[in-house]
Amino acid sequence: MDSVSFEPSTSSEPPARTPLSATAETGLKIVVVGGFGVGKTTLVRSVSEIRPLNTEEVMTEAGVGIDRTAGLADKSTTTVAFDFGRISLSERTVLYLFGAPGQERFWFLWDRLFVGTLGAVVLVDTRRMSDCWYAIDRLEHHRTPFVVAVNRFEHDSNAFSLSEIRQALALPEHVPLIDCDARVRSSGKNVLITLVDHLYELAMAREMTP
Amino acid sequence: MSRRPVDTGDPDRLYTITGGRSEAPDDLDLVSLIVSECEPARGMQSEHVRILELCRRPAAVVEIAAELKLPVTVVRILVGDLLAMAKVTARHPRPASAAAALPESALLLEVLDGLRKL
Ligand SMILES: Nc1nc2c(ncn2[C@@H]2O[C@H](COP(=O)(O)OP(=O)(O)O)[C@@H](O)[C@H]2O)c(=O)[nH]1
Ligand SMILES: [Mg+2]
Repeated sequence: MDSVSFEPSTSSEPPARTPLSATAETGLKIVVVGGFGVGKTTLVRSVSEIRPLNTEEVMTEAGVGIDRTAGLADKSTTTVAFDFGRISLSERTVLYLFGAPGQERFWFLWDRLFVGTLGAVVLVDTRRMSDCWYAIDRLEHHRTPFVVAVNRFEHDSNAFSLSEIRQALALPEHVPLIDCDARVRSSGKNVLITLVDHLYELAMAREMTP
Repeated sequence: MSRRPVDTGDPDRLYTITGGRSEAPDDLDLVSLIVSECEPARGMQSEHVRILELCRRPAAVVEIAAELKLPVTVVRILVGDLLAMAKVTARHPRPASAAAALPESALLLEVLDGLRKL
């Protein structure tokens, strides 16, 4: 299963298992959150050097991790699935991009999985704008800096303007809000740059305050 | 797409894999990069063998979890075993000491630089 396959690749999808550079030493995290079907996996795929991989984390009511008495299949067990992609930024630094569901039980695990994350992208579908209210609320609560990206589906008949969306989401002026097409690499890249630009400005402001 | 990515179906299975332990090293992050320091040896637990094979080149904890189709928690425990036996080393993300040496803004500039090259 792990052996190298020499079959010619028929798709342009990158392979799932491309080893990192031997010199890689720093892993960084950015999280993409949003409702089901909003395009999180699509966005991760469009910028990732590997095909998005799925994984899962479990937590019992008794605490994080595994608890024998609670039992893993017990009702008290919270399971959250998420996917991720990867961008090697340099020989030393690797950025991991996580696509994470915005629903309630997910935030249980936020501190465990995404502590130390650089920041977050909230992905919005204007046909289901309320799907992201909760995520925005939780990110503010966790004091995680974020940007909001509107994934414009072509049947987006509402065609709300960004300022209408900002109003609908009660989004403060300082939070960047942009349009994107999650399927397009350059657009996904622009979303990430917008986030990191924003983080940089926040860091500069912080470093300038004694 | 509808397939569950990780099989957690049998509650006892994970318990067996971890030998009943529920403690993992606190500093093992989702994106800690794990590197093998030796080859697998005869008689090792099969999950340990797979981790050692996978980490001949650095791999993040979350990549190991995806590859082994095990929950992150279980993988952290298994990697913790190998760390305790000095069979792997971990390169942790932005440890507090290094964070002081490298201002956040400098790190972010490095990230921006990398992203612009995409
Ligand atoms: N037309 C269109 N379809 C999209 C766009 N973004 C995502 N999709 C499709 O919407 C579906 C859900 O996207 P997915 O990335 O799986 O959503 P997730 O649940 O947030 O991860 C998939 O079939 C995508 O191909 C977009 O910008 N335009
Ligand atoms: Mg998805």
